[in-house]
Formats: sequence, C-alpha cells, structure tokens
Amino acid sequence: MGIINKSRVKSPWVVHFDCGSCNACDIEILACLTPIYDVERFGIVNVGNPKHADVLVVSGAVNNRNKRVLKNVYDQMPDPKAVVAVGACAATGGVFKECYNVLEGVDKVIPVDVYVPGCCPKPEAIIDGIIKAVEKMNQRIDSEKKEKKE
Amino acid sequence: MIQTLIIVILIIIAAPIIGGILSGIDRIITARMQNRVGPPILQPFYDFFKLIGKENIIVNRFQMLYVLGYLVLMITSLVLFVLKQDLLMIIFIMAFGGVSLILGGLSVQSPYSRIGSHREILQMLAYEPVLIFMVVGIYLQTGSFTVQSVFDMNQPLIYSLPLIFIALLYVLTIKLRKSPFDFSTSHHGHQELVKGMLTEFSGPQLALVELAHWYELVLILGFIVLFWATNIYIGIAIALASFVLEMFIDNISARMTWKWMIWVTWSLGIGLCIANIALLY
Repeated sequence: MGIINKSRVKSPWVVHFDCGSCNACDIEILACLTPIYDVERFGIVNVGNPKHADVLVVSGAVNNRNKRVLKNVYDQMPDPKAVVAVGACAATGGVFKECYNVLEGVDKVIPVDVYVPGCCPKPEAIIDGIIKAVEKMNQRIDSEKKEKKE
Repeated sequence: MIQTLIIVILIIIAAPIIGGILSGIDRIITARMQNRVGPPILQPFYDFFKLIGKENIIVNRFQMLYVLGYLVLMITSLVLFVLKQDLLMIIFIMAFGGVSLILGGLSVQSPYSRIGSHREILQMLAYEPVLIFMVVGIYLQTGSFTVQSVFDMNQPLIYSLPLIFIALLYVLTIKLRKSPFDFSTSHHGHQELVKGMLTEFSGPQLALVELAHWYELVLILGFIVLFWATNIYIGIAIALASFVLEMFIDNISARMTWKWMIWVTWSLGIGLCIANIALLY
C-alpha cells in the first residue's frame, strides 16, 4: 500500500465549504489558487464536488441552520477523508462564540483533523494545514491497520 | 502469433504510461501559460493511485459496468489500431466506448451528471461524422479501410488529405474535452456544471475513467500519426505538435455553447471533409 499512501499526500483534492464566514478566510483560501501561491504545485486541486474530494476545508462559524448542510457535504465524501477548520470562527466560533445561534466550532458537528488559527490565517498556513491533514489521515489509516492485525 | 501477443501486452502497458505523462505535461504547460509553476510531471499517476485507494461509493448496480465497458472498449480499439486492423471497426468500437460512459452518466439521478451526459451525446454527434469522413478519405486514397494500407503508401496522407487533417484537429479538441468544447465535463469543478458527466463517479470508478481517457488520448493521437505514416517519427512529432496546439487553444478560449459547436463542426468540419474528398476526384 506504499504507493497509494504516498499518492494520497501528493494529491489532496479539496472541497471548500463556507458556513457563513465573513469572506476573509474564503478570500485567503482562494488566494492559494493564484499564481503567487499556486497550490497545484502540491497537487492540491479545488474540485468543488464532495464526491471527488479528500479534504474538506471549512471556514466560518457553524450555526444551527447550516450544520445539516455541513454534515451532508462531509457524509458525501468517500473515505479516507480529512477536515481542516480554517480561521478562528471555524475553530471555536471566534467573535461570534456567544451568539445564540452559533455552535462553538466545526468539531461540534464533524471530526476535525487540523485547526488553522488566525483571523484570517495566511495562505501559507492554509496550505500547510491541508498537507498536515493528509499526513494525519495516512497515520490514522496505518494505525487502524495495525489494530486490525493485532 | 506470439509476436502479436507481445505487441498487445506491450501496448496495454505502455499506452496509459504515455497518456499519463502527456496529461502531466499538459498540466505543467497549462500552469506555465498561466504564470504558475504547476504540479510535478507524475501528478496524474498520483491522482490515479490515490483514487484507486479510496472508498468505492456505489450509486447503482450498473455504474461500474458502464465504466468497465468504457475502459475495455477503449483498450480494444487501441489494440485493433496497433495491430493495423480495420479503421471503420476501430471508430465504431471507440463510439461504443463513448456511449458506455454516457450511459454511466445517465444512470444516476444527479441533474449535473445528466446535463453533462446530454452534452456528451451532442459532442459525439458533432465529431463522429468527421471521423467517418476521415475513413472515407483514407479509403479513397488507399483503396482499403485497414490501417495497414496507410502504412504501405509511398507518400504521406497529409499531402492528399490536408483539409481532413484540419477537421481532425477539431475532433481532437472535442475528444480531449478542452475549451472551447469542455461543456460535458468541465475542467474546473466549482462551476455551474460541477464535474458534468463525471460528477457521480468517485474513487476507483473515477480512476478507471481517467485510465480509459489515457487510452483514448493515445488512440486519437494515433489517428494523427496516420497522416504521416511513411516516417513514423515525423508522424509522432506532428501528433505532439497538435497536442501542444490544443493546450494553446484550451488556454486562450472560453467555453462556448453546444449550438456553436454543432454549427462549427457540421459546417466547417464536414465542409472541409467534403471539399477535400471533392478535390480527390
């Protein structure tokens, strides 16, 4: 399985879901695609289709209205998959934390692998987060296999 | 007999490697044209192996069958081509493969997939007549439908069929699903069509579709090689040059509508073919 594990790190396809972010994080995520940062160097492609994606990038504070949609997008992605929460709002709810409709972070709805802190984080940090998430996904698969063997 | 078998096995192994490297080069050159660095040249293979290792989400019982049909028929037509068999047979088997993929796209409920498949049907309607006219032109020149007869000729086909060659370049753009004809599976999946026909294919199924597409790419470039078959190296150089030309066209043009495609291929494409065949008489 060596070649498949290696390929996973080299080709993370990303689907981006915005749970009501202020657009700052979204602009930083899209800035990764521009010639300055060029995420395709790492094989990262913004696919826009959860069925083709490996990594779900979430930005914004999840609320009671869109948590169902977020769960739906996550469930449509084929295994193995990883989730990256971009920005303070996605990690904890950020400045909207105390609002009556806001859940405190994406991890209340779906399991999150990597949190990228910042308001908003730099594109470099987001790229780093995506690569870390895929590496973590590989480690998880390996440890699951070991458990099965034992 | 054994020699034939060796050729068949060799081409089944070599074609996806060539196709994958060509699409890797495509992605790098496209990136350079957009002032980016681009992925490594082996990126299509990384994508392929990653997709193979993913969970296979089965939407319905028939989807995988259609994908396998597409793959097997494409391999069959490429093998027939390399064994220098009947061109008409090759084109019909290739069309069957295309239809198989369309049926796979139509077998699901997703509206994106259905719209993409309908557009793919229109694409087939647009390019199939040109391919048939190419075979007719080759028949008029060589007196036979086989690929072997083209290789037996004294002078390159492009001297007698230059207009059909230009029409074939249109077919290449449509077949590679590049701009301005990328409306059945859009290259950038975050647009109005998502991924068109391929939206509901995921994991290993998508990997097999990609694999079949590499075979298809090699086969279409093989058709271009036919136009300078007397010296195969010049033929390959022409095929690669037209592939680079496709990248240019892809990057300088936006997506057009299917009506425009039908209009252009049926008037200009078929017009060029008929003019060329008229010239031969």
